[in-house]
Amino acid sequence: MAPADQQPQPSATTPLLSIRNIAKSFGKTSVLRDISLDVAAGEFLTILGESGSGKTTLLRIIAGFESADFGEVWMAGERLDTMPPYKRRVNTVFQHYALFPHLTVFENVAYGLQIAGRAKSEIEQRVTEALARVKMSSFAAARPANISGGQQQRVALARALINQPKLLLLDEPLSALDANLRRQMQIELKSMQREVGISFVFVTHDQDEAMVMSDRIALLRMGQLEQVATPREIYRYPATAYAAQFIGHTNLLRAEVKSGLARSHSLSWSTSLPDGPALFSLRPEDIRPASGAASAVSFRGRVKQRVFHGATELLQVESGDLLLTIRIAGKEQTAGELQLEFFTQDAVLVRESAVRT
Amino acid sequence: MFSRTYRAVITLPPVTWVAMFLLVPYILMFCYSFWSVSSLQVIVHSCSLANYRELLSKSVYLQTLFRSMWIAARVTLFSLLLGYPLAYYVSFQSGKRKDLLYQLVIIPLWVSYLVRAYAWKTVLGSDGVLNTLLQYIHVSQHPLGFLLYSPFAVVLTLTHIYTPFTFLPIYASLERIPRNLIEASHDLGASSWQTFRTVILPLSVPGVLAGATFAFVLSLGDFLAPLLLGGPSGIMISNIVVSLFGAAYNWPLGAAISFCMLAIVVGLLFFSERLEKKWSFR
Amino acid sequence: MELQVKQSRPLAWYAALVFAFLYLPIIILIVYSFNGQGVGGFPPRDLTLKWYRLLFSDGAIWDSVWNSLLVAAAAVAIALLFGIPAALALDRAEFPGKTLFRRIVLLPLILPGIITGLSLLMLFREAGVKLSLITIILGHGTALISVATTEIFAGLQKFERAQEEASLDLGANYWQTFRRVTLPNLRLSIIGAALLIFTLSMDEIAVSFFLIGRANTLPLEIWGRLRRGITPEINAISTIIFAFSLCAIVAWYRLRMRSESGQEITDELLRSTKL
Repeated sequence: MAPADQQPQPSATTPLLSIRNIAKSFGKTSVLRDISLDVAAGEFLTILGESGSGKTTLLRIIAGFESADFGEVWMAGERLDTMPPYKRRVNTVFQHYALFPHLTVFENVAYGLQIAGRAKSEIEQRVTEALARVKMSSFAAARPANISGGQQQRVALARALINQPKLLLLDEPLSALDANLRRQMQIELKSMQREVGISFVFVTHDQDEAMVMSDRIALLRMGQLEQVATPREIYRYPATAYAAQFIGHTNLLRAEVKSGLARSHSLSWSTSLPDGPALFSLRPEDIRPASGAASAVSFRGRVKQRVFHGATELLQVESGDLLLTIRIAGKEQTAGELQLEFFTQDAVLVRESAVRT
Repeated sequence: MFSRTYRAVITLPPVTWVAMFLLVPYILMFCYSFWSVSSLQVIVHSCSLANYRELLSKSVYLQTLFRSMWIAARVTLFSLLLGYPLAYYVSFQSGKRKDLLYQLVIIPLWVSYLVRAYAWKTVLGSDGVLNTLLQYIHVSQHPLGFLLYSPFAVVLTLTHIYTPFTFLPIYASLERIPRNLIEASHDLGASSWQTFRTVILPLSVPGVLAGATFAFVLSLGDFLAPLLLGGPSGIMISNIVVSLFGAAYNWPLGAAISFCMLAIVVGLLFFSERLEKKWSFR
Repeated sequence: MELQVKQSRPLAWYAALVFAFLYLPIIILIVYSFNGQGVGGFPPRDLTLKWYRLLFSDGAIWDSVWNSLLVAAAAVAIALLFGIPAALALDRAEFPGKTLFRRIVLLPLILPGIITGLSLLMLFREAGVKLSLITIILGHGTALISVATTEIFAGLQKFERAQEEASLDLGANYWQTFRRVTLPNLRLSIIGAALLIFTLSMDEIAVSFFLIGRANTLPLEIWGRLRRGITPEINAISTIIFAFSLCAIVAWYRLRMRSESGQEITDELLRSTKL
């Protein structure tokens, strides 16, 4: 236990949830290493990572289904990680929804209120409202096995929100839905979060989903936080090579800086960085056919391969011994040799991502 | 996710009960096997190897043990000979009647052991159904004596009892063989017999082992069928134990024999488990 | 789709013979329970219900039936009381000696009844407990924890763990979660186990043989009469037991069919050999 004088007082500036130096291993495998992360009240935070990155474990530690080996979790001035899960004002939407098959939709949603010993009339009223909010009123008497995946998803959401938690955890709740329904649910979830004003911590491996929904993204890799930032920031200014590659496409340029000039293969551009090796990320859409702008870095390239994506088209371009991916509008006609350019400010310096064994 | 208290609550009661009523009795059996009985028929709590020495020195014990194993081995063999083809038939060739046939094999399992042993007694007796039938159709003039009160009767009855037991695991292992493996085998030019020998049989070994273990272990320890149908030549090792715990009143010697049986059984289980691991490819 | 394996006529005949072997003794037993000439003699003649009448006026048999019902009911209670937590513990608790515990719990399933019976007999003797129906109940209950444990453990494997997490998450404590989520989900396994334990206890003779006091269970009563010679009354009671066993198996299957395949008794037998 932390000494009393270290206990943070809730105020406008302190975050709702505060994860401090969490570490966890299963046997000899270290799953989380020294994770510290804050979630503000009303925020939609996404924990993004590949499978095995530790994102679900982190969520389960917040919910209380796993205990951390080291570190603390605080919520609104209260130590959370020493409480059993049923005392935490945190609720969860599970990956496969985990609806109770032996109860009806209504009884599933009512479960939390019944456990809390609410009056029958109150339960009736609140469950009816909750079902209406997720447009599931007409399925109140159905059993979970008899409704579709998308409907189960809504019931799970209503059930998790009924106890008015301070924080809602969502463990890849959309992963079982097909692509169209998934996009629709992303928008619904986001607007639901605005409406109820509860902080959401959302776990996913899908970077598009993270970009669409989140106020902030916490990118997790091999049990460590790679970057925590808004979607725009993380896309525009990825902190590491991994962040740059995982979120969107990018070209990584390994360069050598010498007296204000960065040189990577046949390309070179001016920079204020000190001398030495440096790694840059250059997004495909930041390279375009040359317009002759004076400040742009211009070079010639030969189109090797093209992949049509509808609105845009990705081209593999060879320039000297450098292979670059560029994104152009799908309507443009391009072939053979091209004169291309990019602006130096678009080449963002990134940290080398640690390689761990 | 489960608290210490929760785990303690689910663990302590069954562990305590099982320790008290299973583990302690087995240990007690082991202790008894070193004690002895005084001339006043009082059990003397002083340890010696006398019981085990007697076991090894008097031929009747070892002979009976070997006879029991021989009977159990025959029961196992016959149960497999009956159970395997039946399982193969039900699993691969019974078509639409599969579920019905499967349940027809299960039903005798639910019929009381005693009832089935008794049924054989009424069939095999000298004025039993079989003998009177044979006389009725003039196959024989006199009742055939060897039918009842012989090792034959014991093996027959136990085979009848344990055939469904061997059928079940074999059937389960056959059912688990993906059917496309067999198609693949035919596709590669193997005949039905070659497919059976090279694909089906190896993959059903775990089931055969489980069934054989069942039949052997349970018939080895049987004492009711020999009492009912075995006669003097069909006596098995458990019958000696029963008499040692009854009229002969030598519990320690009985415990020593029981403990040897326990050791044989546990040894067999480990052996078959290891074999099974070797033969399971999943 | 069923695979097209070439039908083999000799195999079908062989299977028919095995079925005949399995069923003939039982059929003969039933037929002769209606035979006026008593057991044996071919062909059966003089159809009669005499043996059943005799049976129904036989007080000793009905006493033993009552005793057996009592023992079976108590054995179900004990086996479930300890089998349910045992299955939970095997599923979700780590403790020293867990492997040993698992092996010892399951041992009575495969061990000849004589060993279980005798070892308990020695325990009761050393503890100075007089043999009675209670000792038989303790014996059956303990031996059949194995059945309860395997059945319920199998049920737990199929049960989605996240449901319990969801319940805890919604504010239910461990006990509420067990009662409202875990138990309802295990309902079928528990009923199945109870049915199986009840039937096995009703039939059990090897363990009871050593732990019997004054009062007989039904199998022991029959056993005692068998030693004196065979009588058609025993055919009659056996027929009745057979009819009840059939009812139990039908009930069991209907229960299973509603959940899923009827493969489970098989799986259970397989599991029980893997100590």
